[in-house]
Amino acid sequence: MMSDSLNDPRLGFRGWLLTDTPTSRFHARCVAFYSGWLKFRSNTMAMVGLMILILLVLIAAFAPWIAPHDPLAQDLAGRLKPPLSEGHLLGTDSLGRDILSRLIYGSRITLYIVTLVALIAPIVGLLVGTVAGYAGGIVDAVLMRLTDIFLAFPRLVLALAFVAALGAGIENAVLAISITAWPPYARLARAETLTIRNSDYIAAIRLQGAGPMRIITKHIWPLCISSLIVRVTLDMAGVILTAAGLGFLGLGAQPPSPEWGAMVAEGRRFILDHWWVATMPGLAIFIVSLAFNLLGDGLRDVLDPKDAG
Amino acid sequence: MSEKPLLDIEDLTVTFPTRQGDFQAVRGISFTLGRERLGIVGESGSGKSMTGRAILRLIRPPGRVEAGKLELEGTDLLKLSEREMQKIRGQRISMVMQDPKFSLNPVMRIGDQIMEIYRFHTGAGKRAAYEKAIEMLEAVSIRDPERVMRAYPHEMSGGMGQRIMIAMMMVTEPDILIADEPTSALDVSVQTQVLSIMDRLVRERGMGLIFISHDLNLVASFCDRVLIMYAGKIVEVCDADRLHEARHPYTRGLLGSLPRLDEPRHHLEVLKRDPAWLDAPSVSGRQ
Amino acid sequence: MALAENRGAGRHRLPRFQRILWKIARVLGSVVITMLGLMFITFIIGRVMPVDPVLAVVGERATNEVYQQVYHDMGLDRPLLVQFGYYIWDVLHGDFGMSLLNARPVAEDIRRVFPATFELATLGVLFGVVIGVPLGVMAAVKRGSWIDQTARVVALIGYSMPIFWLGLMGLLIFYGILNWVGGPGRLDIIWEGMVPERTGMILLDSLLAGNWDVFKNAFSHIILPASILGYYSMAYISRMTRSFMLEQLSAEYITTARVKGLPERRVIWKHAFGNIRVQLITVIALSYANLLEGAVLTETIFAWPGLGSYITTALLSADMNAVLGGTVVVGLIFVLLNIFSDLLYQVFDPRAK
Repeated sequence: MMSDSLNDPRLGFRGWLLTDTPTSRFHARCVAFYSGWLKFRSNTMAMVGLMILILLVLIAAFAPWIAPHDPLAQDLAGRLKPPLSEGHLLGTDSLGRDILSRLIYGSRITLYIVTLVALIAPIVGLLVGTVAGYAGGIVDAVLMRLTDIFLAFPRLVLALAFVAALGAGIENAVLAISITAWPPYARLARAETLTIRNSDYIAAIRLQGAGPMRIITKHIWPLCISSLIVRVTLDMAGVILTAAGLGFLGLGAQPPSPEWGAMVAEGRRFILDHWWVATMPGLAIFIVSLAFNLLGDGLRDVLDPKDAG
Repeated sequence: MSEKPLLDIEDLTVTFPTRQGDFQAVRGISFTLGRERLGIVGESGSGKSMTGRAILRLIRPPGRVEAGKLELEGTDLLKLSEREMQKIRGQRISMVMQDPKFSLNPVMRIGDQIMEIYRFHTGAGKRAAYEKAIEMLEAVSIRDPERVMRAYPHEMSGGMGQRIMIAMMMVTEPDILIADEPTSALDVSVQTQVLSIMDRLVRERGMGLIFISHDLNLVASFCDRVLIMYAGKIVEVCDADRLHEARHPYTRGLLGSLPRLDEPRHHLEVLKRDPAWLDAPSVSGRQ
Repeated sequence: MALAENRGAGRHRLPRFQRILWKIARVLGSVVITMLGLMFITFIIGRVMPVDPVLAVVGERATNEVYQQVYHDMGLDRPLLVQFGYYIWDVLHGDFGMSLLNARPVAEDIRRVFPATFELATLGVLFGVVIGVPLGVMAAVKRGSWIDQTARVVALIGYSMPIFWLGLMGLLIFYGILNWVGGPGRLDIIWEGMVPERTGMILLDSLLAGNWDVFKNAFSHIILPASILGYYSMAYISRMTRSFMLEQLSAEYITTARVKGLPERRVIWKHAFGNIRVQLITVIALSYANLLEGAVLTETIFAWPGLGSYITTALLSADMNAVLGGTVVVGLIFVLLNIFSDLLYQVFDPRAK
């Protein structure tokens, strides 16, 4: 890992990261990553999005230490207290539970859903897409027709139908959202696979005797990743909104769990008299999904400059 | 060529602001254009296309056009309002661009595109415009003008597309035609044909032609006078028939880097660029 | 040369209708396959639903014999594929089964609630197009200006805001506090049933009946949910319009149009916009379909008796046939809108080969 630029006292580690002549594959990756980071960092809005999400992760991780109250502790005497009342920064809900604490604990549910969907949907899509694109012919036709059929449904309605079949609950909501979210990834992965498959260097690798498994896993997947990451980040906002929508309809996380969408539904009954009960969780959903949108836009500019705009 | 020139340009500069400061695509060039065929030759990035667009004031902000003088028969083009400039464009000065595949509107019928410019500038009725367009298409040797009028650009071959482009840009009988690499995107077999059509029309109507190209030999065989541009400046001005007497090393380099059938050589020379050329003052192409 | 010209132009004219017919046939083929798949998915969902459809019909206290009889009558003892065949047969005849909730045919229910959703979504899309298209065009033309920034922020908020929450906030502010608009529902109760139902769309019905008061009241009720739906479609349409326009404005034929001396307004609206028209219709069709989805949540908030709230109500009471019927209808509309825009492309874009 030693290199000339590393030994150059004037440049130091930063110089090593910015060199035009990387000395190893690892070095080259570090350089590419660092220059991407520099570009990303200059995008203020994307940085704001990233900060919000880091904050969200921290809040979720340290929820028991941050939350001023037990999110489930009821206090019927102190119900529907307005924001800024003593001990309750954001007020209390109809059962006297502290809204701020519930929001803090609710971030865990949001992150849980987002993480699972972000793992399941793109991986399924990647598998289907690369196999379809690489195999071609009848396999491609069947898989893509299947993808089209799923795309033909409006996502929320299909997710509703799935949750109805599977039963309400947070895991089933994740499953339903993933089932409706994978087709765009499959399309994307297929398109990338088609361009890569016909390129000369894949032909060269094939001549060296690499089998389809090796080509797909070692050469095609890595190249699909960056566009998938951008797409996932941009889609996460939609996933949060869908999950919140399911929660709002009572089909996601079940009470008394402090899921944000369900909290809005709870506050709905009091909207005209006690506005904060529904407003606060809604704001939380809005801020997090905004953060994902900002981050996704920024990532797209760095990783996928071709459709920036 | 001693009478008043059609176009009189002095110290023309085109500037684009970039993050690293201003970039000058054209750096203070001067030339005149009479009723002649003037070639501008240079490699890509030499500022030759920008010169053409600057004359029409088609450099979009944040790009800037500045000049000591940019006059069309005594009218200062830089002082005109945008609305007045629109009367100049298409009516007095027209331009034919590189690739008809991209320079014709893909969803408008060819006839509508030709009639549009004619009607806009002359206020003529539909009927008159139609007849004029047909006449113009015939002038560029298109056999079945009625059908071409109804067709869409993608149904045309490249050579036909470019002839249509020429017809469209000349239908208003402008004084000046700027042809920006008009044959570079075409099949070699139709290049000559398109060139000779353009040549004939320009001669017949006594227009001024600015022919922008990277192909020095083509320009030399086609034009009366040649400006050679390098890095936004004019490095040499020659009469086309005396190009072999050119003295500037860049011009000599351009000539030397072309293979010739009559003088076979083992290897072609590579252009050597001297940084000193960048700072040398621009040669004037005024007459 | 002349020969090439003739062939070039002739290929375009002669078999054009055949080509279009062939295209339509292919599109119809893919519709049929997509619809079959769509119904298969809903069918499967229906089978794995944790509700016993027999029990729902016969009730908890039925004897085993009755249970078995009904089980047989409903065809549940037949192979899955045969059942699917019957399901398709029924759906083709417009039969989605009986609603378990109100014991009425689901198809009839859907026919009854659909106009309310149609009215709401149409108004929403209208709002989105009327504001979104000019906004997108201006944002592209004046790229980087304040109008572009505004459009960006407006769209970003639209992409990030939960629609059910925006609906609640709208109700709180414009109904609860300002009292500018009517509250939930399609009409105030005193106007209910004042005009004969012809189209099922109250705005139209009241106009047909010439009842201006009902129209005004209905309008005050629909304006808020329609604007909220419209906001989302506006966000989407303006973004798409902007990116389409940016692509066209950098095209060479735009320079040609400027060389021709055309005024900027004509360059933008005739030349650049002319080239995005067909694409834009696709986007509008798509956003119309998306509004159906938004309608599910919006209708719940505004107690709007449309397809969306029909599906959610059915869902919460485990009314399987109603859920599936509603889902199939929404899917069908989705597919039809897609095909409509696809055909439009083929027929109206001269570049489509």
